[in-house]
Amino acid sequence: MRKVSAFNIAAIFVGIAFLYLPIAVLVIYSFNASRLVAVWGGWSTRWYAELLNDEPLLDAASISIRLALTSATLATVLGTMAALALVRFGRFRGRLAFAAMVYAPLVMPEVITGLSLLLLFVAVAADRGFWTVAVAHTTMAVCFVTVIVQSRLIDFDMSLEEAAMDLGAPPLRTFASVTLPLIFPAIAAAWMLAFALSVDDLVIASFTTGPGATTLPIRIYSEVRLGVKPEMNAVCAIMVAVVGAAVIIASLLAKIIGARGTPVQARS
Amino acid sequence: MTAARRNGSILQRLVWRIPFAWLFAFFLLPFLIVVKISLSQTAIAQPPYAPVFDLAAGWHGVVAFIKGLSLDNYRLVGSDPIYVLSYVKSVEIAAFSTLLLLLVGFPIAYGIARTPRRVQAVLVLLTVLPFWTSQLIRVYAWMNILQRDGPLNDVLMALRLVKEPPAWLATDTAIYIGIVYSYLPFMVLPVYAILQKLDESLLEAAADLGCPRWKTFWLVTLPLSSSGIMAGVLLCFIPIIGEFVIPDLLGGSQSPMIGQTIWLEFFGNKDWPVASAVAVVLVFLLVTPIVFYQNRAMPVLERD
Repeated sequence: MRKVSAFNIAAIFVGIAFLYLPIAVLVIYSFNASRLVAVWGGWSTRWYAELLNDEPLLDAASISIRLALTSATLATVLGTMAALALVRFGRFRGRLAFAAMVYAPLVMPEVITGLSLLLLFVAVAADRGFWTVAVAHTTMAVCFVTVIVQSRLIDFDMSLEEAAMDLGAPPLRTFASVTLPLIFPAIAAAWMLAFALSVDDLVIASFTTGPGATTLPIRIYSEVRLGVKPEMNAVCAIMVAVVGAAVIIASLLAKIIGARGTPVQARS
Repeated sequence: MTAARRNGSILQRLVWRIPFAWLFAFFLLPFLIVVKISLSQTAIAQPPYAPVFDLAAGWHGVVAFIKGLSLDNYRLVGSDPIYVLSYVKSVEIAAFSTLLLLLVGFPIAYGIARTPRRVQAVLVLLTVLPFWTSQLIRVYAWMNILQRDGPLNDVLMALRLVKEPPAWLATDTAIYIGIVYSYLPFMVLPVYAILQKLDESLLEAAADLGCPRWKTFWLVTLPLSSSGIMAGVLLCFIPIIGEFVIPDLLGGSQSPMIGQTIWLEFFGNKDWPVASAVAVVLVFLLVTPIVFYQNRAMPVLERD
């Protein structure tokens, strides 16, 4: 039997505290009534109320959400196709080049991805705005989607698909009614990651954006560059709350779907 | 794999050609443009570089274009201390903070791996959860804490550890804190994944044979977890080199990291060719550990 020593518990405790304390401080400060962030002026929801009147910030939030919906969906479609190709098509011609191109963006620094996409958009004289950022975010997220969906496809039981085909289901039908439902948890997780990557991104959006497409991180960055601001504490606290709730709901959902999925796999 | 499958229907070909075309157009091609512009000269024009590739001019245009290219920007990047120091600083910060991450992350991963299975799942979720919030927000949270009159100094003053509140922001210390905070899950998870599969009977065997616990750790646990450590080190080291947000918000302005230098050349000095050359050199700098990664760490990750 393994023993959990006091040192192990201390390491875990300090580690978790280190991860959560800064966020807790941020959330507490967002309720600080004083304009000077470091001086405690009592509890207040004043900064949250002020956010509601901050038109540019609300605009930026709505652009960020639309952007994330668009790019996450595009990236999920493209990434799932890439994962299918890499796992299912054997050694097709150009597979190595294809695999290299799928994985390379994973290690490319954001600054370079942003710079190179901007130079492309300038070269083809594209009007920069919502769609250029959407294309950039899609490109950034495709590889993450591929990796997640791929890992699920590798564990996939091929005999289920073969059974469907043997019973006369055409390939597309087999995909839609057998493959897709079984890899759906991975696709949903990948979509969520792509969404989060897009909402979080500052660097790539800064390079590829244009007039009228200021995203929330760009807005926050330009506000906090020179120091902390109480309104920004409130914005950040809201984002933390939304993301926290989404991840917890998603992991609960994954558990439910996973629990339902297991008997099928166990039987095979 | 049947013959029909290998040849592939039109549908199958589309399945890989569409993402391939997308990545070609928006990942490979843009990088080739960066390489091309890094060989150009700065110009006061729109776009601000010369020569511009002009297909309409035909063959003469191509010849004129090739003659216009030069390696001047690379000479500048290689000789000007601003750029050289920036690369050195990036590698230095990445190396030292990766070491810090290992020292902080290993005990956490080790501790998690020793708890009961059910607890492990919760602890892993708790470790990953902060990673889902924006990096910008997590770095900004530290700006609150590290202010001169912020909570960290309040605590230090209250404990009488310091007489004067020290300035944390705009120092390398703040950069290290920000990096260790942001990248901790990347170190903890791969190390945990390996430790959790560690065969307990090996440790028991060592104990039965009279090996002291620290020696068992050194001779058995550590070597057996080396592949997880390697994966964690590379997952941290590579992205830290190109980091922009952390040094920009927490660090000082006197010695920028390479990500900041590219940003500054591009947005500040509007020198696109030099920014491109700095970027190309950075990519080659990163290729080395990545090739290493593929040979050493990838098989480990794929085995999982």
